[in-house]
Amino acid sequence: MLKVENLHVKYGAIHAVKGIDLEVKEGEIVTLIGANGAGKSSTLKAISGLEKAAEGSITFNGQPLNKLSARNIMKLGISHVPEGRRIFAGLTVLENLEMGAYLRKDKAGIKEDLKKVYSRFPILEKRSRQDAATLSGGEQQMLAMGRALMAKPKLLLLDEPSMGLAPILVQEIFSIIQDIKAQGTTVLLVEQNARMALSIADRGYVLETGKVVYAGTGEELAESEEIAKAYLGG
Amino acid sequence: MTIFLQQLVNGLSLGSIFALVALGYTMVYGIIKLINFAHGDIYMVGAYIGYFVITGLHLGVVPAIIIAMAACALLGVVIEKIAYKPLRHASRITSLITAIGVSLFLEYTMQYFMGAGVRTMPDDVLLEGVLQIGGVSITYTQLMIFVIAVLLMLLLQFIVKKTKIGKAMRAVSTDPDAAQLMGINVNATISYTFAIGSALAGAAGVLVGLYYNSISPLMGMTPGLKAFIAAVFGGIGIIPGAMMGGVSIGVLETLVAGYGGSLYKDAVVYVILILILLIKPSGLLGKNEKEKV
Repeated sequence: MLKVENLHVKYGAIHAVKGIDLEVKEGEIVTLIGANGAGKSSTLKAISGLEKAAEGSITFNGQPLNKLSARNIMKLGISHVPEGRRIFAGLTVLENLEMGAYLRKDKAGIKEDLKKVYSRFPILEKRSRQDAATLSGGEQQMLAMGRALMAKPKLLLLDEPSMGLAPILVQEIFSIIQDIKAQGTTVLLVEQNARMALSIADRGYVLETGKVVYAGTGEELAESEEIAKAYLGG
Repeated sequence: MTIFLQQLVNGLSLGSIFALVALGYTMVYGIIKLINFAHGDIYMVGAYIGYFVITGLHLGVVPAIIIAMAACALLGVVIEKIAYKPLRHASRITSLITAIGVSLFLEYTMQYFMGAGVRTMPDDVLLEGVLQIGGVSITYTQLMIFVIAVLLMLLLQFIVKKTKIGKAMRAVSTDPDAAQLMGINVNATISYTFAIGSALAGAAGVLVGLYYNSISPLMGMTPGLKAFIAAVFGGIGIIPGAMMGGVSIGVLETLVAGYGGSLYKDAVVYVILILILLIKPSGLLGKNEKEKV
């Protein structure tokens, strides 16, 4: 479904991603794990078009994405939930969700998806008229995910969805991610919480200073001793 | 008391003009964090266009306002594309200085073509008449200015709150990157913002020309500055704040003048700016936000 080959991302003199190859197949949860600065978020940004790839190719269902704007990439069915949630403060919860469906014209379909999002995240329905900035961290994460789902994506890019959340909420977010997969959306998940991410992932890639150092199924990576030492806290 | 009410009425019509101009400042600041110092000069251009529609084409006030709004909207978009867009990622001071450059460019281009002299706006297009309520007299011109300004503000409020483009404008102003991820065309949204803000300034220009009967190439300087202060007073980037700030500054200025302080009316407005920056820099409606790292 998604194929990244020899991807390089640069911010001025900083070379954040140095030749990453990865693949996401339809129906999978694939996770990118690694320390801060390994290039995980930059990889996601290059895929969704927020950053331009300096080199390499990204194709989605055979279509090259490198030259497309974020808007056109989104039209193809890739939604990106950025790190730090980035919900629109000052807009209500409902308006935030509507922004997710910004490019859609099928009013009936939007309404239906809004219902689906509300049934998945009942708290959002309760708070639909509230300013999104008043939500708690966990609720904001749910809103960010709900907003992305409103676009009806084929591939969902999640950047650190568990960041800053209480353990019980982390559990909940991860079970929602599994649920999203079960309903047919492919997920590419960037996580610092490597243990949790590997437990739900079909496959994973371990990134280190801009390169892929290990790749394998979720189980393989979770059981590997080296990875355990470096990323899972021994 | 009658004097006070009379000055209040005068202040409201002047203030609603300031509010229209302040809205443009605040909207542009909200979306690209630029104090568009050329905004007052767009208002001047609007006044000249209104003048030509009325004297040259012999049309009425309403067509003059509409044509001036359309032309200023276009001018605003062109200025943004040529002068500000290439500097989108430059430091803020660069854009700010560019804005001052654009301001001077507009002032002196107008002066070159139209001469530096003051032109008289014909007042025969206006309904003559005065409304007497108690001891307070309200001229039809004042009433018209107030009504048109309020209508435009309601229209703006509707656009910003209810329409798709308005929601996109709010989304871009809170987080341009996230807005891009929603598929919002950020450049187009910025253009719309400039168009709407400049159109309001254009309308204000025609109204002020009618109110004072005179227009000149440098007429945008002081009101532009005052409208900027009004925007800061209400909380820059906040639309209701600009409306409130504009009306407050207008009323304040008129009251000071009305009670014998004509010489100090401008000074009082600048003192307000200093006070607001000292006491509540985020403005009356602004929240103190911590910068996120």
